[in-house]
Amino acid sequence: MLNKSRSFYLIPYLAWIVLFVIAPILLVAYYSLFNVEGSFTFDNYVKFFTPVYMRMTLSSFWYAFLITAISLLVAYPTAYLLTRTKHKQLWLLLIILPSWINLLLKAYAFIGLFGTYGLTNSVLEAIGIGKQQILFTDFSFIFVSVYIFIPFMILPIFNALEEMNPSLVYAARDLGASAWMTFRRVIFPLTISGVKAGCMAVFIPALSLFMITRLIAGNRVITLGTAIEQHFLVTQDWGMGSTIAVFLILAMAAMMLVTGNRKRGAADARKK
Amino acid sequence: MRAKNKWSNLYLVLVFVVLYAPIFYLMFYSFNSGGSMRNFESFTLDYYKEVFEDTRLLIIVLNTFVIALLSSAISTILGVMGAIAIHHIRSHRPKQTLLTLNNVLIVSPDVIIGASFLILFTIIGIKLGFVSVLLSHIAFSVPIVVIMVLPKLQEMSSTLIDAARDLGASSWQVLTRVVLPFIKPGIFAGFFMALTYSLDDFAVTFFVTGNGFSTLSVEIYSRARQGVSLSINALSTLIFLFTIILVVGYYFINQRNAKPSAKEGR
Repeated sequence: MLNKSRSFYLIPYLAWIVLFVIAPILLVAYYSLFNVEGSFTFDNYVKFFTPVYMRMTLSSFWYAFLITAISLLVAYPTAYLLTRTKHKQLWLLLIILPSWINLLLKAYAFIGLFGTYGLTNSVLEAIGIGKQQILFTDFSFIFVSVYIFIPFMILPIFNALEEMNPSLVYAARDLGASAWMTFRRVIFPLTISGVKAGCMAVFIPALSLFMITRLIAGNRVITLGTAIEQHFLVTQDWGMGSTIAVFLILAMAAMMLVTGNRKRGAADARKK
Repeated sequence: MRAKNKWSNLYLVLVFVVLYAPIFYLMFYSFNSGGSMRNFESFTLDYYKEVFEDTRLLIIVLNTFVIALLSSAISTILGVMGAIAIHHIRSHRPKQTLLTLNNVLIVSPDVIIGASFLILFTIIGIKLGFVSVLLSHIAFSVPIVVIMVLPKLQEMSSTLIDAARDLGASSWQVLTRVVLPFIKPGIFAGFFMALTYSLDDFAVTFFVTGNGFSTLSVEIYSRARQGVSLSINALSTLIFLFTIILVVGYYFINQRNAKPSAKEGR
Protein backbone atom coordinates (compact mmCIF):
# COMPACT_ATOMS: atom_id res chain seq x y z
CA MET A 1 0.00 0.00 0.00
CA LEU A 2 2.85 2.28 0.80
CA ASN A 3 4.31 1.69 -2.64
CA LYS A 4 1.01 2.49 -4.25
CA SER A 5 0.74 5.88 -2.55
CA ARG A 6 4.36 6.53 -3.34
CA SER A 7 3.86 6.07 -7.06
CA PHE A 8 0.68 8.12 -6.82
CA TYR A 9 2.86 11.07 -5.82
CA LEU A 10 5.74 10.20 -8.07
CA ILE A 11 3.99 9.68 -11.39
CA PRO A 12 2.60 13.18 -12.05
CA TYR A 13 5.87 14.70 -10.95
CA LEU A 14 7.92 12.38 -13.13
CA ALA A 15 5.62 13.14 -16.04
CA TRP A 16 6.31 16.82 -15.50
CA ILE A 17 10.07 16.19 -15.46
CA VAL A 18 10.02 14.10 -18.63
CA LEU A 19 7.77 16.48 -20.54
CA PHE A 20 9.07 19.86 -19.48
CA VAL A 21 12.65 19.25 -18.38
CA ILE A 22 14.12 16.37 -20.36
CA ALA A 23 12.15 16.65 -23.59
CA PRO A 24 12.83 20.37 -24.18
CA ILE A 25 16.58 19.94 -23.66
CA LEU A 26 16.69 16.99 -26.05
CA LEU A 27 14.62 18.91 -28.58
CA VAL A 28 16.96 21.89 -28.44
CA ALA A 29 19.95 19.60 -28.95
CA TYR A 30 18.14 17.88 -31.84
CA TYR A 31 17.15 21.12 -33.56
CA SER A 32 20.68 22.48 -33.33
CA LEU A 33 21.68 19.86 -35.90
CA PHE A 34 19.45 21.24 -38.64
CA ASN A 35 19.86 24.32 -40.80
CA VAL A 36 17.14 26.65 -42.06
CA GLU A 37 16.22 24.32 -44.93
CA GLY A 38 15.75 21.47 -42.48
CA SER A 39 18.62 19.25 -43.56
CA PHE A 40 20.98 17.52 -41.15
CA THR A 41 24.27 19.40 -40.73
CA PHE A 42 26.92 20.51 -38.26
CA ASP A 43 27.12 23.93 -39.92
CA ASN A 44 25.53 25.68 -36.95
CA TYR A 45 28.32 24.56 -34.68
CA VAL A 46 30.95 25.61 -37.20
CA LYS A 47 29.24 28.99 -37.43
CA PHE A 48 29.20 29.34 -33.66
CA PHE A 49 32.99 29.18 -33.53
CA THR A 50 33.47 32.00 -36.03
CA PRO A 51 34.77 35.30 -34.59
CA VAL A 52 31.35 36.98 -34.87
CA TYR A 53 29.65 34.59 -32.48
CA MET A 54 32.70 34.18 -30.28
CA ARG A 55 32.94 37.91 -29.72
CA MET A 56 29.26 38.04 -28.89
CA THR A 57 29.63 35.18 -26.40
CA LEU A 58 32.60 36.79 -24.72
CA SER A 59 30.97 40.19 -24.43
CA SER A 60 27.83 38.54 -23.10
CA PHE A 61 29.86 36.80 -20.39
CA TRP A 62 31.69 40.02 -19.61
CA TYR A 63 28.47 41.99 -19.13
CA ALA A 64 26.99 39.23 -17.00
CA PHE A 65 30.13 39.22 -14.88
CA LEU A 66 30.02 42.99 -14.42
CA ILE A 67 26.36 42.93 -13.51
CA THR A 68 26.92 40.15 -10.98
CA ALA A 69 29.97 41.81 -9.42
CA ILE A 70 28.30 45.20 -9.06
CA SER A 71 25.14 43.62 -7.65
CA LEU A 72 27.22 41.77 -5.08
CA LEU A 73 29.12 44.91 -4.10
CA VAL A 74 25.92 46.81 -3.52
CA ALA A 75 23.89 43.96 -2.09
CA TYR A 76 26.26 42.66 0.57
CA PRO A 77 26.44 45.85 2.66
CA THR A 78 22.71 46.34 2.17
CA ALA A 79 21.92 42.85 3.43
CA TYR A 80 24.34 43.27 6.31
CA LEU A 81 22.89 46.60 7.38
CA LEU A 82 19.39 45.21 7.03
CA THR A 83 20.12 42.51 9.59
CA ARG A 84 21.07 45.27 12.05
CA THR A 85 17.82 47.20 11.74
CA LYS A 86 14.73 46.93 13.87
CA HIS A 87 11.75 45.41 12.05
CA LYS A 88 14.18 43.77 9.64
CA GLN A 89 11.55 41.50 8.13
CA LEU A 90 9.53 44.56 7.17
CA TRP A 91 12.55 46.23 5.58
CA LEU A 92 13.43 43.06 3.75
CA LEU A 93 9.90 42.93 2.45
CA LEU A 94 10.27 46.50 1.20
CA ILE A 95 13.46 45.50 -0.61
CA ILE A 96 11.74 42.58 -2.27
CA LEU A 97 8.59 44.52 -3.09
CA PRO A 98 9.99 46.17 -6.25
CA SER A 99 10.86 42.75 -7.59
CA TRP A 100 7.15 41.96 -7.54
CA ILE A 101 6.49 44.78 -9.90
CA ASN A 102 6.59 43.77 -13.48
CA LEU A 103 10.07 43.88 -14.95
CA LEU A 104 8.80 45.61 -18.04
CA LEU A 105 7.31 48.47 -16.06
CA LYS A 106 10.63 49.07 -14.34
CA ALA A 107 12.48 49.06 -17.64
CA TYR A 108 9.86 51.41 -19.00
CA ALA A 109 10.34 53.75 -16.02
CA PHE A 110 14.02 53.98 -16.84
CA ILE A 111 13.25 55.00 -20.40
CA GLY A 112 11.59 58.02 -18.84
CA LEU A 113 14.22 58.58 -16.15
CA PHE A 114 17.23 58.30 -18.42
CA GLY A 115 15.69 59.98 -21.46
CA THR A 116 17.09 63.15 -22.94
CA TYR A 117 14.58 65.26 -21.00
CA GLY A 118 14.29 62.88 -18.07
CA LEU A 119 14.89 63.43 -14.40
CA THR A 120 18.52 62.32 -14.45
CA ASN A 121 19.43 64.79 -17.14
CA SER A 122 17.63 67.62 -15.36
CA VAL A 123 19.60 66.83 -12.22
CA LEU A 124 22.86 66.64 -14.15
CA GLU A 125 22.12 69.98 -15.75
CA ALA A 126 21.28 71.54 -12.40
CA ILE A 127 24.59 70.40 -10.94
CA GLY A 128 26.37 71.83 -13.94
CA ILE A 129 27.50 68.68 -15.66
CA GLY A 130 25.14 69.21 -18.52
CA LYS A 131 23.06 66.86 -20.63
CA GLN A 132 24.45 63.43 -21.27
CA GLN A 133 23.37 60.62 -23.51
CA ILE A 134 22.39 58.03 -20.89
CA LEU A 135 19.84 55.88 -22.58
CA PHE A 136 21.26 53.42 -25.12
CA THR A 137 24.69 53.23 -23.47
CA ASP A 138 26.54 50.46 -21.65
CA PHE A 139 26.08 52.39 -18.42
CA SER A 140 22.31 52.42 -18.61
CA PHE A 141 22.23 48.77 -19.57
CA ILE A 142 24.34 47.72 -16.58
CA PHE A 143 22.58 50.09 -14.20
CA VAL A 144 19.11 48.85 -15.08
CA SER A 145 20.21 45.21 -15.00
CA VAL A 146 21.73 45.65 -11.55
CA TYR A 147 18.60 47.45 -10.44
CA ILE A 148 16.45 44.56 -11.56
CA PHE A 149 18.62 41.79 -10.13
CA ILE A 150 19.61 43.33 -6.82
CA PRO A 151 16.74 41.92 -4.71
CA PHE A 152 17.70 38.41 -5.84
CA MET A 153 21.21 39.03 -4.58
CA ILE A 154 20.16 40.61 -1.28
CA LEU A 155 17.71 37.88 -0.29
CA PRO A 156 20.08 34.86 -0.10
CA ILE A 157 22.83 36.93 1.53
CA PHE A 158 20.37 38.24 4.08
CA ASN A 159 19.24 34.70 4.87
CA ALA A 160 22.83 33.50 5.23
CA LEU A 161 23.61 36.40 7.57
CA GLU A 162 20.54 35.63 9.61
CA GLU A 163 21.53 31.99 9.97
CA MET A 164 24.97 32.91 11.22
CA ASN A 165 25.44 32.60 14.94
CA PRO A 166 26.13 36.15 16.23
CA SER A 167 28.19 34.86 19.14
CA LEU A 168 30.89 33.92 16.61
CA VAL A 169 31.24 37.58 15.71
CA TYR A 170 31.37 38.57 19.37
CA ALA A 171 33.98 35.91 19.98
CA ALA A 172 36.14 37.22 17.15
CA ARG A 173 35.86 40.77 18.46
CA ASP A 174 36.64 39.64 22.02
CA LEU A 175 39.73 37.87 20.77
CA GLY A 176 40.95 41.15 19.35
CA ALA A 177 40.06 40.93 15.66
CA SER A 178 39.42 44.25 13.96
CA ALA A 179 36.09 44.88 12.28
CA TRP A 180 37.58 44.20 8.85
CA MET A 181 39.32 41.06 10.09
CA THR A 182 36.09 39.80 11.62
CA PHE A 183 34.33 40.38 8.34
CA ARG A 184 37.00 38.73 6.22
CA ARG A 185 37.71 35.72 8.43
CA VAL A 186 34.37 35.08 10.11
CA ILE A 187 31.36 36.77 8.57
CA PHE A 188 32.16 36.42 4.87
CA PRO A 189 33.25 32.74 4.96
CA LEU A 190 30.14 31.86 6.93
CA THR A 191 27.86 33.56 4.44
CA ILE A 192 29.61 32.33 1.32
CA SER A 193 26.71 29.98 0.55
CA GLY A 194 24.38 32.96 0.35
CA VAL A 195 26.81 34.82 -1.87
CA LYS A 196 27.05 31.84 -4.17
CA ALA A 197 23.30 31.44 -4.35
CA GLY A 198 22.95 35.14 -5.12
CA CYS A 199 25.59 35.02 -7.84
CA MET A 200 23.88 32.03 -9.42
CA ALA A 201 20.57 33.85 -9.28
CA VAL A 202 22.03 36.86 -11.06
CA PHE A 203 24.69 35.57 -13.43
CA ILE A 204 22.68 33.14 -15.51
CA PRO A 205 19.70 35.44 -16.10
CA ALA A 206 22.15 38.25 -16.87
CA LEU A 207 23.70 36.10 -19.60
CA SER A 208 20.39 35.76 -21.31
CA LEU A 209 18.76 39.14 -20.86
CA PHE A 210 17.08 40.25 -23.99
CA MET A 211 14.28 42.61 -23.24
CA ILE A 212 16.49 45.17 -21.50
CA THR A 213 19.00 45.10 -24.31
CA ARG A 214 16.20 46.10 -26.67
CA LEU A 215 14.54 48.77 -24.56
CA ILE A 216 17.45 50.28 -22.65
CA ALA A 217 20.54 49.50 -24.66
CA GLY A 218 18.86 50.05 -28.01
CA ASN A 219 20.34 46.92 -29.64
CA ARG A 220 23.84 48.15 -28.86
CA VAL A 221 24.46 45.27 -26.50
CA ILE A 222 23.83 41.84 -27.96
CA THR A 223 23.77 39.09 -25.38
CA LEU A 224 23.33 35.38 -26.00
CA GLY A 225 19.69 35.86 -25.03
CA THR A 226 19.15 38.53 -27.65
CA ALA A 227 20.74 36.31 -30.27
CA ILE A 228 18.50 33.36 -29.39
CA GLU A 229 15.39 35.52 -29.48
CA GLN A 230 16.49 36.99 -32.81
CA HIS A 231 16.99 33.55 -34.35
CA PHE A 232 13.78 32.07 -33.03
CA LEU A 233 11.32 34.88 -33.49
CA VAL A 234 12.75 37.13 -36.18
CA THR A 235 14.87 35.21 -38.67
CA GLN A 236 13.14 31.90 -37.89
CA ASP A 237 16.50 30.12 -37.96
CA TRP A 238 15.63 27.72 -35.15
CA GLY A 239 18.73 25.63 -35.80
CA MET A 240 21.20 28.41 -35.09
CA GLY A 241 19.12 29.63 -32.16
CA SER A 242 19.16 26.12 -30.70
CA THR A 243 22.92 25.91 -31.16
CA ILE A 244 23.44 29.04 -29.09
CA ALA A 245 20.97 27.65 -26.57
CA VAL A 246 22.99 24.42 -26.37
CA PHE A 247 26.06 26.42 -25.43
CA LEU A 248 24.13 28.38 -22.83
CA ILE A 249 22.84 25.11 -21.36
CA LEU A 250 26.40 23.75 -21.26
CA ALA A 251 27.62 26.88 -19.48
CA MET A 252 24.78 26.54 -17.03
CA ALA A 253 25.47 22.85 -16.39
CA ALA A 254 29.13 23.64 -15.79
CA MET A 255 28.15 26.24 -13.22
CA MET A 256 25.74 23.91 -11.49
CA LEU A 257 28.40 21.20 -11.32
CA VAL A 258 30.97 23.54 -9.83
CA THR A 259 28.69 24.86 -7.10
CA GLY A 260 27.15 21.44 -6.45
CA ASN A 261 30.54 19.76 -6.01
CA ARG A 262 31.68 22.40 -3.59
CA LYS A 263 28.61 21.93 -1.51
CA ARG A 264 29.24 18.19 -1.35
CA GLY A 265 32.84 18.88 -0.36
CA ALA A 266 31.67 21.10 2.47
CA ALA A 267 29.26 18.42 3.69
CA ASP A 268 32.06 15.85 3.67
CA ALA A 269 34.29 18.16 5.64
CA ARG A 270 31.58 18.55 8.23
CA LYS A 271 31.20 14.80 8.56
CA LYS A 272 34.88 14.44 9.36
CA MET B 1 29.86 54.43 16.79
CA ARG B 2 27.08 56.91 16.24
CA ALA B 3 28.76 58.35 13.17
CA LYS B 4 29.03 54.85 11.79
CA ASN B 5 25.34 54.32 12.35
CA LYS B 6 24.61 57.51 10.48
CA TRP B 7 26.59 56.34 7.46
CA SER B 8 24.96 52.95 7.41
CA ASN B 9 21.54 54.53 7.66
CA LEU B 10 22.42 56.85 4.83
CA TYR B 11 23.50 53.89 2.73
CA LEU B 12 20.27 52.05 3.36
CA VAL B 13 18.23 55.14 2.62
CA LEU B 14 20.13 55.59 -0.63
CA VAL B 15 19.45 52.00 -1.67
CA PHE B 16 15.77 52.45 -0.92
CA VAL B 17 15.61 55.73 -2.81
CA VAL B 18 17.18 54.19 -5.90
CA LEU B 19 14.95 51.14 -5.63
CA TYR B 20 11.77 53.15 -5.42
CA ALA B 21 12.63 56.20 -7.53
CA PRO B 22 11.63 54.68 -10.89
CA ILE B 23 8.36 53.41 -9.49
CA PHE B 24 7.35 56.73 -7.99
CA TYR B 25 8.57 58.51 -11.09
CA LEU B 26 6.14 56.46 -13.15
CA MET B 27 3.33 57.08 -10.69
CA PHE B 28 3.98 60.81 -10.50
CA TYR B 29 3.79 61.36 -14.23
CA SER B 30 0.67 59.27 -14.61
CA PHE B 31 -1.15 62.39 -13.37
CA ASN B 32 0.53 64.72 -15.85
CA SER B 33 -1.77 66.34 -18.37
CA GLY B 34 1.26 67.24 -20.46
CA GLY B 35 1.27 63.82 -22.11
CA SER B 36 4.89 62.93 -21.55
CA MET B 37 7.26 62.01 -18.73
CA ARG B 38 8.67 65.53 -18.42
CA ASN B 39 7.42 69.02 -17.50
CA PHE B 40 4.60 68.32 -15.15
CA GLU B 41 1.79 70.56 -16.34
CA SER B 42 -1.31 69.96 -14.31
CA PHE B 43 -3.08 67.21 -12.46
CA THR B 44 -5.34 64.94 -14.45
CA LEU B 45 -6.97 61.55 -14.16
CA ASP B 46 -7.49 61.22 -17.91
CA TYR B 47 -5.03 58.36 -18.25
CA TYR B 48 -6.81 56.34 -15.62
CA LYS B 49 -10.03 56.85 -17.50
CA GLU B 50 -8.22 55.75 -20.63
CA VAL B 51 -7.06 52.57 -18.90
CA PHE B 52 -10.54 51.70 -17.74
CA GLU B 53 -12.04 52.39 -21.14
CA ASP B 54 -9.44 50.32 -22.94
CA THR B 55 -11.28 47.00 -23.13
CA ARG B 56 -8.41 45.29 -24.89
CA LEU B 57 -6.09 46.19 -22.04
CA LEU B 58 -8.60 45.10 -19.41
CA ILE B 59 -9.00 41.73 -21.10
CA ILE B 60 -5.23 41.36 -21.10
CA VAL B 61 -5.09 42.18 -17.37
CA LEU B 62 -7.78 39.59 -16.77
CA ASN B 63 -5.85 37.04 -18.85
CA THR B 64 -2.72 37.71 -16.85
CA PHE B 65 -4.48 37.09 -13.55
CA VAL B 66 -6.30 34.01 -14.77
CA ILE B 67 -3.02 32.55 -16.00
CA ALA B 68 -1.23 33.46 -12.77
CA LEU B 69 -3.85 32.05 -10.42
CA LEU B 70 -4.53 28.90 -12.43
CA SER B 71 -0.89 28.11 -13.05
CA SER B 72 0.18 28.68 -9.45
CA ALA B 73 -2.71 26.59 -8.10
CA ILE B 74 -1.96 23.68 -10.42
CA SER B 75 1.78 23.94 -9.95
CA THR B 76 1.33 24.03 -6.17
CA ILE B 77 -0.55 20.71 -6.31
CA LEU B 78 2.05 19.19 -8.61
CA GLY B 79 4.91 20.63 -6.61
CA VAL B 80 3.61 19.34 -3.27
CA MET B 81 3.22 15.88 -4.80
CA GLY B 82 6.73 16.12 -6.18
CA ALA B 83 8.17 17.22 -2.84
CA ILE B 84 6.45 14.34 -1.03
CA ALA B 85 7.69 11.93 -3.69
CA ILE B 86 11.26 13.18 -3.38
CA HIS B 87 11.01 13.09 0.40
CA HIS B 88 9.90 9.45 0.32
CA ILE B 89 12.93 8.34 -1.67
CA ARG B 90 15.46 6.91 0.73
CA SER B 91 18.47 6.12 -1.45
CA HIS B 92 20.86 8.94 -2.14
CA ARG B 93 21.55 8.67 -5.88
CA PRO B 94 18.01 8.81 -7.32
CA LYS B 95 17.10 11.55 -4.87
CA GLN B 96 20.00 13.72 -6.00
CA THR B 97 19.16 13.05 -9.66
CA LEU B 98 15.57 14.12 -9.13
CA LEU B 99 16.63 17.23 -7.26
CA THR B 100 19.06 18.17 -10.02
CA LEU B 101 16.40 17.67 -12.68
CA ASN B 102 14.02 19.70 -10.53
CA ASN B 103 16.45 22.60 -10.37
CA VAL B 104 17.12 22.67 -14.11
CA LEU B 105 14.17 24.94 -14.84
CA ILE B 106 14.99 27.23 -11.91
CA VAL B 107 18.49 27.96 -13.11
CA SER B 108 17.65 27.91 -16.81
CA PRO B 109 17.55 31.33 -18.40
CA ASP B 110 14.07 32.38 -19.45
CA VAL B 111 15.09 32.59 -23.07
CA ILE B 112 16.05 28.91 -23.14
CA ILE B 113 12.87 27.86 -21.40
CA GLY B 114 10.89 29.93 -23.88
CA ALA B 115 12.72 28.68 -26.96
CA SER B 116 12.63 25.02 -25.94
CA PHE B 117 8.96 25.17 -25.00
CA LEU B 118 8.23 26.81 -28.33
CA ILE B 119 9.82 23.81 -30.06
CA LEU B 120 7.99 21.42 -27.74
CA PHE B 121 4.55 22.93 -28.35
CA THR B 122 5.13 23.11 -32.08
CA ILE B 123 6.08 19.42 -32.19
CA ILE B 124 3.23 18.22 -29.98
CA GLY B 125 0.89 20.41 -31.98
CA ILE B 126 -0.47 22.62 -29.21
CA LYS B 127 -1.74 25.85 -30.67
CA LEU B 128 0.15 28.85 -29.33
CA GLY B 129 -2.10 30.90 -27.08
CA PHE B 130 -3.82 30.50 -23.74
CA VAL B 131 -3.06 26.79 -23.36
CA SER B 132 0.60 27.03 -24.26
CA VAL B 133 1.15 30.00 -21.95
CA LEU B 134 -0.69 28.29 -19.09
CA LEU B 135 1.27 25.05 -19.56
CA SER B 136 4.61 26.80 -19.60
CA HIS B 137 3.77 28.86 -16.52
CA ILE B 138 2.80 25.68 -14.68
CA ALA B 139 5.99 24.04 -15.89
CA PHE B 140 8.37 26.70 -14.60
CA SER B 141 6.50 27.15 -11.29
CA VAL B 142 6.53 23.50 -10.21
CA PRO B 143 10.22 23.37 -9.18
CA ILE B 144 9.85 26.54 -7.12
CA VAL B 145 7.02 25.00 -5.12
CA VAL B 146 9.08 21.82 -4.62
CA ILE B 147 12.00 23.86 -3.33
CA MET B 148 9.77 25.74 -0.90
CA VAL B 149 7.96 22.66 0.41
CA LEU B 150 10.85 20.20 0.69
CA PRO B 151 12.62 21.85 3.68
CA LYS B 152 9.34 21.78 5.62
CA LEU B 153 8.98 18.07 4.93
CA GLN B 154 12.52 17.46 6.11
CA GLU B 155 11.81 19.43 9.27
CA MET B 156 8.88 17.18 10.05
CA SER B 157 9.77 14.38 12.42
CA SER B 158 8.93 10.96 11.00
CA THR B 159 7.67 9.91 14.43
CA LEU B 160 4.64 12.13 13.81
CA ILE B 161 3.63 9.94 10.89
CA ASP B 162 4.43 6.74 12.79
CA ALA B 163 2.30 7.95 15.66
CA ALA B 164 -0.59 8.75 13.36
CA ARG B 165 -0.32 5.31 11.74
CA ASP B 166 -0.12 3.55 15.08
CA LEU B 167 -3.27 5.35 16.11
CA GLY B 168 -4.97 3.89 13.04
CA ALA B 169 -4.93 6.75 10.55
CA SER B 170 -5.26 5.85 6.87
CA SER B 171 -2.79 7.17 4.30
CA TRP B 172 -5.25 9.84 3.31
CA GLN B 173 -5.76 10.91 6.91
CA VAL B 174 -2.02 11.00 7.49
CA LEU B 175 -1.70 13.28 4.51
CA THR B 176 -4.56 15.67 5.26
CA ARG B 177 -4.39 15.69 9.05
CA VAL B 178 -0.67 15.47 9.72
CA VAL B 179 1.54 16.16 6.72
CA LEU B 180 -0.33 18.96 4.96
CA PRO B 181 -0.98 21.06 8.09
CA PHE B 182 2.66 20.75 9.03
CA ILE B 183 3.98 21.87 5.64
CA LYS B 184 1.28 24.52 5.15
CA PRO B 185 3.66 27.49 5.48
CA GLY B 186 5.84 25.98 2.78
CA ILE B 187 2.85 25.43 0.52
CA PHE B 188 1.71 29.03 0.94
CA ALA B 189 5.18 30.35 0.31
CA GLY B 190 5.43 28.19 -2.80
CA PHE B 191 2.05 29.35 -4.07
CA PHE B 192 2.95 32.99 -3.61
CA MET B 193 6.32 32.53 -5.26
CA ALA B 194 4.65 30.81 -8.20
CA LEU B 195 2.16 33.66 -8.42
CA THR B 196 4.98 36.18 -8.46
CA TYR B 197 6.93 34.31 -11.10
CA SER B 198 3.90 34.02 -13.29
CA LEU B 199 2.87 37.66 -12.96
CA ASP B 200 6.41 38.79 -13.55
CA ASP B 201 7.27 36.54 -16.44
CA PHE B 202 7.92 38.13 -19.76
CA ALA B 203 10.48 36.12 -21.70
CA VAL B 204 8.83 32.70 -21.62
CA THR B 205 5.41 34.13 -22.41
CA PHE B 206 6.89 36.20 -25.21
CA PHE B 207 8.09 33.02 -26.90
CA VAL B 208 5.07 30.79 -26.50
CA THR B 209 2.26 33.27 -26.96
CA GLY B 210 0.60 33.40 -30.31
CA ASN B 211 -0.97 36.30 -32.14
CA GLY B 212 -4.33 36.36 -30.44
CA PHE B 213 -3.24 36.03 -26.84
CA SER B 214 -1.18 38.40 -24.76
CA THR B 215 -0.30 38.98 -21.14
CA LEU B 216 0.44 42.28 -19.49
CA SER B 217 4.22 42.02 -19.79
CA VAL B 218 4.11 41.26 -23.49
CA GLU B 219 1.63 44.07 -24.06
CA ILE B 220 3.72 46.59 -22.15
CA TYR B 221 6.78 45.51 -24.10
CA SER B 222 5.15 46.12 -27.43
CA ARG B 223 3.73 49.46 -26.25
CA ALA B 224 6.99 50.59 -24.66
CA ARG B 225 8.85 49.89 -27.88
CA GLN B 226 6.59 52.40 -29.58
CA GLY B 227 7.57 55.06 -27.05
CA VAL B 228 6.15 56.61 -23.93
CA SER B 229 2.42 56.67 -23.35
CA LEU B 230 1.08 57.78 -20.02
CA SER B 231 -1.67 55.19 -19.92
CA ILE B 232 1.11 52.69 -19.19
CA ASN B 233 2.08 54.90 -16.25
CA ALA B 234 -1.47 54.90 -14.99
CA LEU B 235 -1.64 51.15 -15.38
CA SER B 236 1.61 50.63 -13.51
CA THR B 237 0.39 52.82 -10.65
CA LEU B 238 -2.66 50.61 -10.35
CA ILE B 239 -0.52 47.47 -10.47
CA PHE B 240 1.79 48.89 -7.83
CA LEU B 241 -1.04 49.67 -5.45
CA PHE B 242 -2.48 46.22 -6.01
CA THR B 243 0.92 44.66 -5.29
CA ILE B 244 1.26 46.61 -2.06
CA ILE B 245 -2.16 45.50 -0.86
CA LEU B 246 -1.27 41.90 -1.69
CA VAL B 247 2.10 42.04 0.04
CA VAL B 248 0.85 43.82 3.14
CA GLY B 249 -1.94 41.28 3.40
CA TYR B 250 0.54 38.46 3.01
CA TYR B 251 2.81 40.03 5.64
CA PHE B 252 0.03 40.27 8.21
CA ILE B 253 -1.17 36.73 7.56
CA ASN B 254 2.41 35.56 8.07
CA GLN B 255 2.75 37.58 11.25
CA ARG B 256 -0.41 36.12 12.66
CA ASN B 257 0.70 32.60 11.75
CA ALA B 258 4.15 33.13 13.16
CA LYS B 259 3.13 34.58 16.52
CA PRO B 260 1.47 31.61 18.25
CA SER B 261 4.28 29.27 17.28
CA ALA B 262 6.86 31.75 18.53
CA LYS B 263 5.08 31.82 21.88
CA GLU B 264 5.04 28.05 22.04
CA GLY B 265 8.74 28.08 21.37
CA ARG B 266 9.34 30.13 24.45
